[in-house]
Amino acid sequence: MSVEMKRTKKSKEPLIRTVKRTELSGQKAVLLRIAALLAALVAGGIFILAIGYNPVLVYKTMISGAFRSKLAFQGTVKVLIPLLITSLGVTLAFKMKFWNIGAEGQLIMGAVFASYFALFHDTLPHWILMILMVLGGMLGGGLMGLLPAYFKSKFNTNETLFTLMLNYIALNFVVYLREGPWRDPNSPGYAKIARFSKNAQLDKVFGIHAGWIIAIVILIFVSIYLYVTKRGYEISVVGESQATAKYAGMNVKKIVLRTMFLSGGICGIAGMIEASGSAVTLTSGIAGGVGFTAIIVAWLGGLNPFYIFIVASLFSIMEKGSSVVESTFGLSGACADVLQGIILFFVLGCEFFVRYQFVTRKERGARA
Amino acid sequence: MSMLIKFIAVSIASGTPILFGTLGEIITEKVGHLNLGVEGMMAIGACAGFMVGMSTDSFLLALLAAFAAGAFAALIYAVLTVTFMANQNVTGLTLTIFGVGFANFCGYYAIGKSESGTLKLPENITAQMRNINIEGLSDIPVIGPLLFSYNPFVYIGIVTALLLWFYLRRTKTGLNTRAIGENPAAADAAGIKVTKWKYINICLGGGICGIGGAYTIMIINKGVWISDCVGGLGWIAVALVIFAGWSPVKAIFGSFIFGALRQLKYYVPAAITIPGAFYDMLPYLITTIVLIATSIRTSREKSQPEACGTNYFREER
Amino acid sequence: MADKRKENFAIECVGITKRFGSVLANDHIDLQVRNGEVLALLGENGSGKTTLMNMLSGIYHPDEGSIFVNGEEAVINSPTDASELGIGMIHQHFKLVDVFSAMENIVLGTKEKYEKPAVLEEKINAICDKFGLEIDARKKVYNMSVSEKQTVEILKVLYRGANVLILDEPTAVLTPQETEKLFRILRNMKAQGNAVIIITHKLNEVLEISDRVTILRKGQSIDTVETKDCDANQLTELMVGRPVSLEIERPIMDEVGTILSCKNVTIKKADGTIGVRNLNFDMKTGEILGVAGVAGSGQKELCEGIAGLLKAECGEIHYEGKNIVGKTPEEIINLGISMSFVPEDRLGMGLVASMGMVENMLLKTYKKGKGPFLVRKPARSLAEKLVKKLGIVTSSVDTPVRFMSGGNVQKVLLGREIESNPKVLITAYPVRGLDINSSYTIYDLLNEQKKKDVAVLYVGEDLDVLLELCDRILVLCHGEITGIVDAEETTKEEIGLMMTGESVKKEA
Repeated sequence: MSVEMKRTKKSKEPLIRTVKRTELSGQKAVLLRIAALLAALVAGGIFILAIGYNPVLVYKTMISGAFRSKLAFQGTVKVLIPLLITSLGVTLAFKMKFWNIGAEGQLIMGAVFASYFALFHDTLPHWILMILMVLGGMLGGGLMGLLPAYFKSKFNTNETLFTLMLNYIALNFVVYLREGPWRDPNSPGYAKIARFSKNAQLDKVFGIHAGWIIAIVILIFVSIYLYVTKRGYEISVVGESQATAKYAGMNVKKIVLRTMFLSGGICGIAGMIEASGSAVTLTSGIAGGVGFTAIIVAWLGGLNPFYIFIVASLFSIMEKGSSVVESTFGLSGACADVLQGIILFFVLGCEFFVRYQFVTRKERGARA
Repeated sequence: MSMLIKFIAVSIASGTPILFGTLGEIITEKVGHLNLGVEGMMAIGACAGFMVGMSTDSFLLALLAAFAAGAFAALIYAVLTVTFMANQNVTGLTLTIFGVGFANFCGYYAIGKSESGTLKLPENITAQMRNINIEGLSDIPVIGPLLFSYNPFVYIGIVTALLLWFYLRRTKTGLNTRAIGENPAAADAAGIKVTKWKYINICLGGGICGIGGAYTIMIINKGVWISDCVGGLGWIAVALVIFAGWSPVKAIFGSFIFGALRQLKYYVPAAITIPGAFYDMLPYLITTIVLIATSIRTSREKSQPEACGTNYFREER
Repeated sequence: MADKRKENFAIECVGITKRFGSVLANDHIDLQVRNGEVLALLGENGSGKTTLMNMLSGIYHPDEGSIFVNGEEAVINSPTDASELGIGMIHQHFKLVDVFSAMENIVLGTKEKYEKPAVLEEKINAICDKFGLEIDARKKVYNMSVSEKQTVEILKVLYRGANVLILDEPTAVLTPQETEKLFRILRNMKAQGNAVIIITHKLNEVLEISDRVTILRKGQSIDTVETKDCDANQLTELMVGRPVSLEIERPIMDEVGTILSCKNVTIKKADGTIGVRNLNFDMKTGEILGVAGVAGSGQKELCEGIAGLLKAECGEIHYEGKNIVGKTPEEIINLGISMSFVPEDRLGMGLVASMGMVENMLLKTYKKGKGPFLVRKPARSLAEKLVKKLGIVTSSVDTPVRFMSGGNVQKVLLGREIESNPKVLITAYPVRGLDINSSYTIYDLLNEQKKKDVAVLYVGEDLDVLLELCDRILVLCHGEITGIVDAEETTKEEIGLMMTGESVKKEA
């Protein structure tokens, strides 16, 4: 008893503190994330309620809005395609612990390279042009990925900040093309780049541009690459410890460069698809933040291609659905961003509980 | 000559919102947290400053609201990254998406409720936001326009930067703060309350960013609400942090240079035809070059705090 | 409860318990230290010494138990609390801010206001004079040597007016001379009435510096004895828990011949400074060549140089007659040279911590076989084989190795290297962090390799082990070989002298 008294006299033990726990099993971790998602929906609901709308109705409209018609569904898929591809692209870099947040710029540069063929070589046979555009997209994005990778491996230049800067350099490069050399002389008023000819557009398959087929191919490719190839294995080892990779006889520099080229290249393909399939021209808004959202998607998907597919789908439904919410309820389209943010905050926070737990003073006493 | 003076004056003003963002980010990074949510915090600050200004008619309250809102947004980031140890990059990006979305959403909502369909700050506030005019001083040739004719934000920004410099370099708390960003385990062992100071600095940083946001809506857009009012300035601010070598004082001059780059295209003689996009690209391009140069020099003291980007857990084994 | 105590100790721990997840690091530990004495805290790696001291210094919180400081119960929640109670800890891994100067590090976190550098320097110099320390207060930590950094750590504690000083393995990184200097300082502090706790597992240091010894084993406090009443054997027995004959088998082989020889090899460290200079030695099949030396004398560079991780600046390394200098690790592997390297940093370099055994088995062999795909099947059967053969304890061969205990991790690493049928096996501190039992398993494995005519290089820290296990011992000092001696003919003293730079003519 006297011990207890002395304890309170002196400085107090913190009320709550963090301790490491035995890591949660995979199944429990999934349950935890689902719980966080539900909690986020409740929090989002309170927000909607606070501004005077019925959350259930808004959520319902959001989901039905993404699926209510063939057209709506196609719209959702169209949102999904670039997001999924870009997420898969950054995943390769993230596995290597290379913080590539330049997906936006890589996507844009991919679109630029692809647009070059679309604008100036559109007399080529359609299939050859399409293949050239995909390769061009890959090259454009890949080079944008290669640049920071080169400086990282040579001088250990901070890749987070480097790739971030490249996003805006790429963006302004498009503006330059639009106002300068690639400006469409036939368009009056605002400067813009000409629409692609029919020949330079992605074909439609089941009513949606063929980008979805490319996305599926990339999804399968990345899954295989990461999990069953030697190169994928190398990425994991380099990501875990460069010293170990060198010890095992791996050429770390080569792996970093190769992986970043591939990472950027995949994002570049997304750029090509956006230009050729969706915008049918090159605009400065071609990426429109997809590169940033993709980072979040890749992270939430635990860098696992299958989970990334699910997360990207959810994001696309929310994105598309909120445009319907906008027209139905007169709520801003920014509503999707707010909800996304809230959900993300919750999910990011819940990751903590996979590895740690809080212990309160009371609990500890009980255990002692 | 008068053209040059005008250019310098305009550049300094134009760099000010970036300066706020940069100062906020510097003290955030000094405690080891890379917050990519500057754009979002500025947006929220802009929104709160605008709304409060509109309803209270007070410039001071508007500024306080902008600060508080930015600090609150940073608090979300702090809770997630400091306490819940979430990935800093992802959390920061999320904050940007959320912040910009939230600001746009509120604006849209308020416009929907308003009768005219536009939102504008009352005249009382806009008057206070105008460039100051001190009898006698502002009229002195050259010195007047260069020193005594800016909007109040410019002075607040420079004073903030100097205060931060003093805080980081000349106080014990500042020394402790810098230690946290360099080596949190060492700071912890030395008895510094790592978590507490991380929270304080991150929130303070967010608040400063929030004031930068208020600038964008009050000065750049002249007190009329528009969506995406920050328009990417937050990202330039992140770039300026690198350019300034994580020093608040250098950030002042850096912000003048970045401001000049933003204004340059309006002032170059018509004979020189450099594409406009090139000017917009310059801040990022220069920053990239600075980033590479510092990494080649491997300067240990003018680079990002050592522990920046990684979260700290005391009982990590 | 507190009233019944006969004596007010400087520090007294009663029933301290600490768990990390499912690991019980400290199990009801009792410990007392008096003012004006040096207490040695002795125990094997993983016995909970550092954990216990971290609780005294406020880094960890005990789950159970109480701590008394000068007879008063104290709750130590943070390093500040510890410092206010006069407890200061010098951590094994220095906790210093590299870009700060010595004085900035020293005043960090103290309650005082910001002071001008000149004033501060004077204050620090005064403390230095009192205890016989030397430091340039304005020097940046990143420009400092290990011993200077330690001095800063000690000053940090003294500046705060600590009267209980805890040192965690302070001599591991020091040369014998620096150790002697440190001990002088510690005796100085003891004379001035301070309490000193020194954590170590080196018996000779315990006997030299301490007044009493508290022995920990597997997280429990076993006994506390007066140093003058005991000897190394008794202490070992208390530490290990059973009489230990430190006898290690040393099979005698008919020498087959030289397989690897280094000629005038100089290797630089990663930071550009010289790691080892002008090395000349041979490795022979069927022999264990020991490497002795103070930590940081060039052992790491020697091992990494042979494995191709560091490039030799000059000189030649001949392996079966071929010079392998300048070849990358990959090329060395591809040349068909079966050289296995067990690095000292097991989880940082030899194994991928987040991968299971199966994927770790692939680390060096994944490139074998055609095609772009990874073949996991043989790796899985190899992993399963190792689990059976070496008695590795793991829940499955896919469980990440970071969940395994140190001994098991080492078995995985060594097992993998041995399975590649090496002709040369390089091991750096293979028993570091292991308990005595696991250590003996490792010695047996190495002897088994020796019997298979493998040339083994064994970098060790315990001289007794080196003397018993190895055939010849190569001694390094400041990156140079000060002698290569026959283990059967030499003595510990002789090696000790060579470690401090005394060159011995006699070559084996």
